[in-house]
Amino acid sequence: MFTVLDMAQPDKLEEAFEILTKRKNNTILGGCAFLKMSKKRIGTGIDLSRLNLDYIREDNGFIVIGAMAALRDLETNALLRDAFGGILSQSVRNIIGVQFRNGVTVGASVYSRYGFSDLLTALLVLDTEVELYNGGKMPLRDFLQKPYEKDILVQLRIEKNQRLAAFSSFRKSASDFAVLNIAVSNLDKQWTIAVGARPGRAVIAETASRALSQGHLSAEEIEAAAKIAADELSFGTNTRGTAGYRKALCQVLVKREIMEVLQCKSN
Amino acid sequence: MEAVNLRNVGHSIPKIDGLSIATGKPAYTEDLAMPHALVLKILRSPHAFAKIISIDTSKAERVEGVECILTYKDVPKVRFTLAGQSYPEPSPYDRMILEGVVRYVGDEVAIIAAVDEKTALKAMKLINVEYEVLEPVLDFEKAIGHPSVVHFEEDLTCNFDIGLHKEQNIVSSHEQAVGDVEKVLKDCEFVVEDVYYPQAQAHAMMETYRSFTYQDYMGRLVVVSSTQVPFHIKRQLARALQIPATKIRVIKPRIGGGFGGKQTGAGDVFAALVTLRTGKPAMIIYDRQETFSCTTSRHAMRIKVRLGADADGFIRAIDLEVLSDTGAYGEHASTVLSCVGEYTLPLYNKTKAVRIRGNAVYTNKMPAGAFRGYGATQGTFALESAVNKLAERLAIDPTEVRLKNISQKGETFLTGHGVQLGSTALDRCIKKGREMIGWKEKFPRQTLSGTKVRGVGMAITMQGSGIANIGTASAEIRLTDDGNFALLIGATDMGTGCDTILSQIAAEVLEVPLDKIYVSAGDTDTSPFDPGSYASSTTYLAGTAVLKAAEELKGKILDQGAKFLGASKENVIFEELSVRRIDGEGEISLAKIAEQTILGMGNLQLAAMATHGSQISPPPYVAGFAEVEVDVETGKVDLIDYVAVVDCGTMINPNLARIQAEGGIVQGIGMALFEEVRYSNLGKMETNTFMQYKIPCRQDVGNVRIAFEESYEPSGPFGAKSIGEVVANTPPPAIVNAVYNAVGVQVHHLPVTAEKVFLEMLKQQ
Amino acid sequence: MQIELTVNDKLVTWDVENDEFLADTLRAHGFLSVKKACDTSCCGLCTVWMDGKPILSCSILAMRAHGKKITTIEGVSQAAEEFARILTAEGAEQCGFCSPGFIMNVLAMKNELDNPTEDEIIHYLTGNLCRCTGYMGQLRAVKTYLGVA
Ligand SMILES: Cc1cc2nc3c(=O)[nH]c(=O)nc-3n(C[C@H](O)[C@H](O)[C@H](O)COP(=O)(O)OP(=O)(O)OC[C@H]3O[C@@H](n4cnc5c(N)ncnc54)[C@H](O)[C@@H]3O)c2cc1C
Ligand code: FES
Ligand code: FES
Repeated sequence: MFTVLDMAQPDKLEEAFEILTKRKNNTILGGCAFLKMSKKRIGTGIDLSRLNLDYIREDNGFIVIGAMAALRDLETNALLRDAFGGILSQSVRNIIGVQFRNGVTVGASVYSRYGFSDLLTALLVLDTEVELYNGGKMPLRDFLQKPYEKDILVQLRIEKNQRLAAFSSFRKSASDFAVLNIAVSNLDKQWTIAVGARPGRAVIAETASRALSQGHLSAEEIEAAAKIAADELSFGTNTRGTAGYRKALCQVLVKREIMEVLQCKSN
Repeated sequence: MEAVNLRNVGHSIPKIDGLSIATGKPAYTEDLAMPHALVLKILRSPHAFAKIISIDTSKAERVEGVECILTYKDVPKVRFTLAGQSYPEPSPYDRMILEGVVRYVGDEVAIIAAVDEKTALKAMKLINVEYEVLEPVLDFEKAIGHPSVVHFEEDLTCNFDIGLHKEQNIVSSHEQAVGDVEKVLKDCEFVVEDVYYPQAQAHAMMETYRSFTYQDYMGRLVVVSSTQVPFHIKRQLARALQIPATKIRVIKPRIGGGFGGKQTGAGDVFAALVTLRTGKPAMIIYDRQETFSCTTSRHAMRIKVRLGADADGFIRAIDLEVLSDTGAYGEHASTVLSCVGEYTLPLYNKTKAVRIRGNAVYTNKMPAGAFRGYGATQGTFALESAVNKLAERLAIDPTEVRLKNISQKGETFLTGHGVQLGSTALDRCIKKGREMIGWKEKFPRQTLSGTKVRGVGMAITMQGSGIANIGTASAEIRLTDDGNFALLIGATDMGTGCDTILSQIAAEVLEVPLDKIYVSAGDTDTSPFDPGSYASSTTYLAGTAVLKAAEELKGKILDQGAKFLGASKENVIFEELSVRRIDGEGEISLAKIAEQTILGMGNLQLAAMATHGSQISPPPYVAGFAEVEVDVETGKVDLIDYVAVVDCGTMINPNLARIQAEGGIVQGIGMALFEEVRYSNLGKMETNTFMQYKIPCRQDVGNVRIAFEESYEPSGPFGAKSIGEVVANTPPPAIVNAVYNAVGVQVHHLPVTAEKVFLEMLKQQ
Repeated sequence: MQIELTVNDKLVTWDVENDEFLADTLRAHGFLSVKKACDTSCCGLCTVWMDGKPILSCSILAMRAHGKKITTIEGVSQAAEEFARILTAEGAEQCGFCSPGFIMNVLAMKNELDNPTEDEIIHYLTGNLCRCTGYMGQLRAVKTYLGVA
């Protein structure tokens, strides 16, 4: 049971950040689905509801998603359903249920950098920027490598371009955490392959992405790129699968998602 | 009574409590609790096996709002069992309310009662316990002869000789053999042998275990409990708390699912003890984690099967060797063990010899207990998997092997003591099922693409209806002063709809509309005795008790009516809520009869009471067929279609029977594909939330289709048998078989996961 | 802290703890239709509406309901009963413990989706677990209710 001693509902980000850094156990409250399961004793809970950060909108060639947007908003938002083969919508649509996704937030999901995250895997193959209150803007892939630091994730900015993408998540039961997540995208000649739930945090298979970008997308090359991805990434074992199985899955699923992107291309 | 022209029986009448529970009216234990009841929390052992050296509650007791903290020093020194079974229970008396020894992670150490949950949890953190940690027995295959003895205490007793050898960690040994299995096997042209591991499964009913207790104005202990077995709980409490049974009243309100889990006591003793000590109302609600890790699960087993068949494909010998993991306490250990054979061996009766042998062993894990299927589920997985293997060896279609070998109506079987089978439609179930699934076109496999292959598989199963010679049920029906009927039953509706079904039976016999009957059930003060709803007994036994009582009461009403009309009983009939003279010379309404008998100078309330037990336990049957799609590159198994054809005798209420069947099949699908109770290597349960223990969600189950082939069971009410449990058994073997037929991978350890299938496919390449 | 909210069209002012979840608040105020069956946001039994959207009341802090419109099944009794009649006619409320949350999500779905396909229905209702019925009867009831059977 987590406890919250005090509650703050700041009107300004500045104030929120100040409270956050004032004491070690002061904490931002997202949808609280994850916090609720912890035994955390929170000093001041910081509710961002008054900051109106629950938007998803287009802004100067970017799709901008506020930290307090719910996962269900990502799923149903017309802009996101149309962009990038709808992979952001797709990536969240199997997380527990509609009611759950109406409550949990994009900001928490990204800030927490969960290994199992479906959303992060999908975001990683897009041109995604994370905007932190204190840390400023940075590409998502840089953010993912940064150590945890107390900050407020304010919004995500995704360059709205013609990127084609595909996402798939391998699950045992439909509403379980993923055994493996795969996202693949293509813009001009550049390919990006990301693998999540390894079970570690999502990463880009750099060598495989490069190999694919340089070739002619023959069946053999695709097969080879998938193998490179499986070989270059590290996989671990947890209750949902062993490292060896994940590696084997990775190869199969990367190949399939590349094919999927090629399919959207020809359509 | 034949099932023709019936107005109530055989009709899909909505449950009488359906609308109110569906729309959330307060009806469950927590809804009924008093607002200021003390809140209980249990401090539980972090160790799989340990002795308590010291326990200091002084700091915790000083927390404001703490009412009492109880440890093993505060409880009666008497052992009992939480198994909800008729006295004398065949489960060992191997536990105390609290003890100085803890035998699994989660075993109870102290009870904290406080004004609210926060206070109780705060106090819990302040209790200081020093343990001497002992080497636990975690692997059930190594339990026998393990240097650690789970129950070393001297005062453990059992009402029967169940083959208990506690120094060897054996709680029960069982052997039943008819004929010389070894010899017959030797003579068989075809012998298959294999080992199967049905896993522990969690009941995962939506309403967790909970109990609310208080003392009434007479100082009696009232226990409102989410239980399937109120009378057993009463008896348990009397023994555990060492108080007279007359001082206890157990009330079962609506309950949010049981599946056998609530046939074993859980928090009742703790709440009751607190109420007795403090005189105050108390409430215990197990959270989901406690429900997963501190109650019971299905028994995990290892079952070795040997099957022998002759050249014509007749199964001549069946040999089962069972090892059953009963965990830290022996609730239901001996009976679940014997039921592995009891509910499988009679399926096939062309046998010349059959045998089941085995042991149930203690380990330092959460106890196993009763769970829908009760041994039959595990036995069916093993036997039916082996029969499928045999069919392949024989090169005979698996459906044909069954049709050739199953017991038919009027026949006997080796373990059946010469009793003839009163009813079976299993042959029709098999034929109908294979037609529905498209067996002829689909068996064994269809290749859809380079990566997708579909396979079909099947299994059959049986269960009992009640426990022969042990199970009983009583019912009472009264004509009330307003001309209606009160139906009093001890049977415990847990959503199964028995309050409705038993009313339907009463209404049918009494020839009155259903709304003339109200049900009063599940209260040990007012209900006639019934052991509770388990062992698939309610429709069959309680149904017959209701039928008998209703017939008797109807006779009495006719008698009285005739008297009022000045006619002989032969010359009156009951029609349209009145007793009428056949010659049309007069009639008297039910309301009038009630008025004139009960009120004024009548001095006679018409009522009838009946008790019913049965010397036989007629089996219901299911033939189950699965179609799966396997991704050959990943091993992923998707269930496409599941067909189950059920013979439950007469369906008293077809819709309720269908939902029972669909629910049972899906629970079986969960066991086949998703569910598994898992422990860490220190004995801590890892699957203690719905995040880690995945019951099927609606995307997981494909299409489940149920059909019925009715038979008529002469010993059952209107020809009915049972349905509650039998429906859970076929999915594991049928799905495993479908996967085998698709990609040639035989899974021995449930559940079937993509990774297991994938790895086996790799090995084959 | 004190929150002001509308529950089933009635304005109320409630005192809640900082770390209190809405499901507990609602039950404490007598809305006993709200059931809970897990501690991990997995079961959907606690479903109520916040500003018309289905949410898990077990996982939403009570203070977040400040200024919002909360609807429990008691607040939509007519529609709930209409669907419950279909559900019970199917026999698809077994223990019934999951039914109020399920019904709230079915009604929300009806408001949100036009002519959903079977897959869309199943997807929308995935967050509602039921251990008794095996889901098929619930689906039949929903299809009858939506007239898409
Ligand atoms: C049962 C369950 C199953 C799940 N399954 C999946 C799954 O299959 N796939 C998947 O991808 N995800 C899954 N999730 C994760 C879920 O999608 C959310 O990511 C998660 O619940 C966190 O969101 P929240 O709003 O509940 O965050 P909270 O619990 O409120 O917060 C989580 C953390 O993020 C911090 N935080 C919140 N907002 C901000 C912010 N703006 N800036 C900085 N820090 C912030 C909080 O302080 C806290 O430390 C699951 C979660 C649960 C509970
Ligand atoms: S109680 Fe389980 S999701 Fe709310
Ligand atoms: S009816 Fe019991 S959980 Fe759904």
